[in-house]
Amino acid sequence: MNGTPTAAAGSPTALVELAGVGKRYGNVTALEGVSLAVRPGEVVCVLGDNGAGKSTLIKIVSGLHRHDDGVFRIDGEEVRLTSPREALDRGIATVYQDLAVVPLMPVWRNFFLGSEPVTGRGPLRRLDTAAMRRTTREALLRMGIDLRDVDQPIGTLSGGERQSVAIARAVHFGARVIVLDEPTAALGVKQAGVVLRYVAAARDQGLGVVLVTHNPHHAHLVGDRFVLLRRGSMAGSHAREEIVLDELTRQMAGGSDLDRLGHELARIRPSEPDRKAP
Amino acid sequence: MTATPAALAEDAAERGPVARRLPARPELGAVVGAAAVLVFFALAADGFLRPAGLGTVLYAASTIGIMAVPVALLMIGGEFDLSAGVMVTSSALVSSMFSYQMTANTWVGVAVSLPVTLAIGFFNGWTLTRTRLPSFIITLGTFLMLTGLNLGLTKLIGGTVSTRAIGDMEGFDSARAVFASDITVGGFQLRITIVWWLALVAAATWILLRTRAGNWIFATGGNAEAARAVGVPVDRVRIGLYTGVALAAWISGQHLLFSYDVVQSGEGVGNELIYIAAAVIGGCLLTGGYGSAAGAAVGALIFGMTSKGIVYAQWDPSWFKFFLGAMLLLATLLNAWIRKRAEASS
Repeated sequence: MNGTPTAAAGSPTALVELAGVGKRYGNVTALEGVSLAVRPGEVVCVLGDNGAGKSTLIKIVSGLHRHDDGVFRIDGEEVRLTSPREALDRGIATVYQDLAVVPLMPVWRNFFLGSEPVTGRGPLRRLDTAAMRRTTREALLRMGIDLRDVDQPIGTLSGGERQSVAIARAVHFGARVIVLDEPTAALGVKQAGVVLRYVAAARDQGLGVVLVTHNPHHAHLVGDRFVLLRRGSMAGSHAREEIVLDELTRQMAGGSDLDRLGHELARIRPSEPDRKAP
Repeated sequence: MTATPAALAEDAAERGPVARRLPARPELGAVVGAAAVLVFFALAADGFLRPAGLGTVLYAASTIGIMAVPVALLMIGGEFDLSAGVMVTSSALVSSMFSYQMTANTWVGVAVSLPVTLAIGFFNGWTLTRTRLPSFIITLGTFLMLTGLNLGLTKLIGGTVSTRAIGDMEGFDSARAVFASDITVGGFQLRITIVWWLALVAAATWILLRTRAGNWIFATGGNAEAARAVGVPVDRVRIGLYTGVALAAWISGQHLLFSYDVVQSGEGVGNELIYIAAAVIGGCLLTGGYGSAAGAAVGALIFGMTSKGIVYAQWDPSWFKFFLGAMLLLATLLNAWIRKRAEASS
């Protein structure tokens, strides 16, 4: 985007950068010392078990909550977001798991809901339906989604397709960074594949993607960098070439914790070979 | 790394395209029902198909339809209005009594009645958005209060349960021309309410399908949280819809006043359910997010045909309500069946 290259690496400025960010709710520390950077055309996966602080991180990046410690930069500029609207205006769009779609409305009406283009003036001011249909079809095609009929109710699409329309919508309305909250959690293997394909399509269009998930298999398919969270703090940050899937899975599941669990279960059922022994 | 077009085309083919869209029209069930009722009474009742007969049917349909259309919009927006029936009477009473008591031109009463009626609608919507109580409860409350007010105030001011005749007052004739006259179109004598009705259907259809507000109405009824999340002013939509019902109640009330000259203060109770039934027969979902203004108009037409058809067939009019109830059940089942098929073929 406005890519002022940093002197050191020559890589573009991070669209979103967190440095040592923390968040407290009263006495409870929800997040501590988290750092990550998302550059254009990069997928950063945030991995963690339930309660690891993933949703707190999303809330900070999407402008729902303000961080207490550390630095949050957008395009290199330090910010404190006060509302989701402000995040949107700065190009950060969040696609939540429980998607913001109206099932009985056609795809094209959903696509433009809240930002409908109008044409004509006075009492003849009306929705530009032709442009809405055309733009929806084009925006979806650009993401590789080929809906023959954008007039069908969005509820008739599969979960993966709906998720993909939401991503295409975010891209169309000027998002430069998309934050995806567990996009594959409720989906079957095939549908998850569909969504991951569109994540890759968004990346190939030069967007930054923050993919929040607890599924290391899905993350490893598209991720450029993996940030591991455990109990509110960073448990690791690895570039794609530094880590293999097995290691990622092991670390995410709690590393030595899992080894101990393996031993424990092996004792209960001695016939089972101890597969996870280091 | 985009999706392979072949795989996607395959997916789309499985979904089945245009064939599903036609049966998915909300008013289809009502149109089929209306055709059946028309054929039935054309065979069973002499004079039903003559111009005079059809004129009477259309008049009956229009008096219900004027209210059924905004009620349908409200239901698409996900809410109910049980006060719509007595609100019509309130509007007529305000208009009549104001003119009579102030010895003013009847148009003054008509003008005063408008903001008063709109305020009742606004009150419904505002209370709903503020308290987040179910609209059933809030408008049941307004319904009961208005029923009491209509009777109580009329007796208090005039001494009787009906208003005084205002037929000899200034402006009555011109107001009657607007709200309750006959017009001749190509040799047919038609009541002017039919014009009001069709104009409202056209306006409501335009709003629903061609304006941002229409998109917001569908979204508010279909998934209010999602609508709010993308910036739709959900509360304003709801208040606007209730005010729309009030606007139609004003038109309807003025018709009531200028066609009969006097207003019975106990009238209107029960009509709210007829408006809702017409909207539901016309394909509106009780849960919101789906329906059409044209469907509600067809629903009102079914009501008009049934009520007058029974008279033309010289049956006991007591059967009217029974027929309507049966019609409501049948239409709703038919609509549900159509929708299920539409969704199953996806």
